[in-house]
Amino acid sequence: MRIVESTTTSLSGDAQAAVRWNRKDLLGLRELSVDEINFILETADAFKQVGTREIKKVPALRGKTLVNFFVEPSTRTRTSFELAAFRLSADVINISATASSLTKGETLKDTARNLEALHADILVLRHSSAGAPQFLANRLEASVINAGDGAHEHPTQALLDLYTIREKRGKIAGLHVAIIGDILFSRVARSNIFGLVKLGARVTLVGPSTLVPREFEKLGVQISHKIDNVLPSADVVNLLRVQHERQRKEYFPGTGEYTRFFGLTKERAKLLKPDCLIMHPGPINRGVEIDSDVADGLQSVILDQVTNGLAVRMAVLYLCGGITTT
Amino acid sequence: MKNGKQNSSIGVLIMDAEAIRRALRRIAHEIIERNPRLPEIVLAGIPSRGVEIARRIADFIRAIEKIDIETGAIDVAMHRDDVGTRAELPVVRASKLPVPLEERTVIVVDDVLFTGRTVRAAMDAINSFGRPARIQFAALIDRGHRELPIRADYVGKNLPTAANEKVRVRIGSPDEPDGVWLIKPKSAA
Repeated sequence: MRIVESTTTSLSGDAQAAVRWNRKDLLGLRELSVDEINFILETADAFKQVGTREIKKVPALRGKTLVNFFVEPSTRTRTSFELAAFRLSADVINISATASSLTKGETLKDTARNLEALHADILVLRHSSAGAPQFLANRLEASVINAGDGAHEHPTQALLDLYTIREKRGKIAGLHVAIIGDILFSRVARSNIFGLVKLGARVTLVGPSTLVPREFEKLGVQISHKIDNVLPSADVVNLLRVQHERQRKEYFPGTGEYTRFFGLTKERAKLLKPDCLIMHPGPINRGVEIDSDVADGLQSVILDQVTNGLAVRMAVLYLCGGITTT
Repeated sequence: MKNGKQNSSIGVLIMDAEAIRRALRRIAHEIIERNPRLPEIVLAGIPSRGVEIARRIADFIRAIEKIDIETGAIDVAMHRDDVGTRAELPVVRASKLPVPLEERTVIVVDDVLFTGRTVRAAMDAINSFGRPARIQFAALIDRGHRELPIRADYVGKNLPTAANEKVRVRIGSPDEPDGVWLIKPKSAA
């Protein structure tokens, strides 16, 4: 259960032959080492290139079965995992909350055990409860990939953000990254913070004090409630979606007010350095957290994030799903 | 360990840097002889040592014929047929091949030919980039024990081995000289 640089024909003599991946699950970035994160990003480089081939499919996971188990609704993450699995030649079934027996009272564990009885090899789980992927990873032989659990972590989103920054700027260490919006309820923000801090970026969280509490400073980041003070020194701004469906009145000032104080308007975008990257995990609320013109502008790498998400997810499925657990 | 210089930390030396140089120069001559339309050739090395060997063959061809041969890399890790059955997962790398491959002669280059499974994976990978006119195969060492109906078109050295022996190739290291070594299993050493 380890990765070495190796062919069957000769002994590996290279320095990087050391053990670099031995996890069956990807649950979050908090537990990953710098070397493991970099290894996923390097592996994603190889898989990104598959998308440019005439035949965009490799047999790496042929014969494996992947279950997309989404207890919370999601289209883009599920589709991205599904396409990644197709490109690796795995077979895919999708189960959503409404279609599953969870609505009939079955427990998460029983549902998962049933999936395992069907010999699923990889379980991609989106769940509203933090820790649900960990719970299943401890109990199942199958690989468990966290596709977002509550307000805890969304590791593949953070990995694709890291990948995109590294691709566009050539490095991550030393860059100033501003994460703007609803930090408190955001698993994307948490995973990004863990990854960026580990890789040596300077992170500033920006948003209203109700959504960006001081406790976050313990994670090694700075906090600001004034976006105009942060934008001029940022190398990357990552705008989080205003999650209407999760907002409670007591935390959130109202859409118009949010835009006035924290939205990346055309005017505000002029404060940015010309080479500052504008990122957004999507789906974007045009006119709320970001102006339409800014989202479609030259500094925006929002669609690159989507493309890179596919490569990163192929890498994660290959690394976790390709390992034998016996 | 009867023949060759003994180096207890590595094994029995089979080829030194000069022997490798001569073998690759001969392979370059054979490629020139076999392929009258040299500009159509693409040398595709299997990472990492195959890429270095392909580069050196291209250097020899340039010196002999004054022609630049395109060289690239072909990743085989994601095309192997044994992912999930091996305890060790191969590292994947990006392939770099000129496209389109139509009308081209692709010569796959690797350090050691053993079971033939790596070459089979390389041919699958190449086919996902396009349909070359033909595929040939060059290996620095052919150690036998094929598990597939595959042979090399160009061989640097045929090396009879036992299945449990290992062949170590070092080429292009910045600090240490090139060489090929045969390593006996621990119990027999």
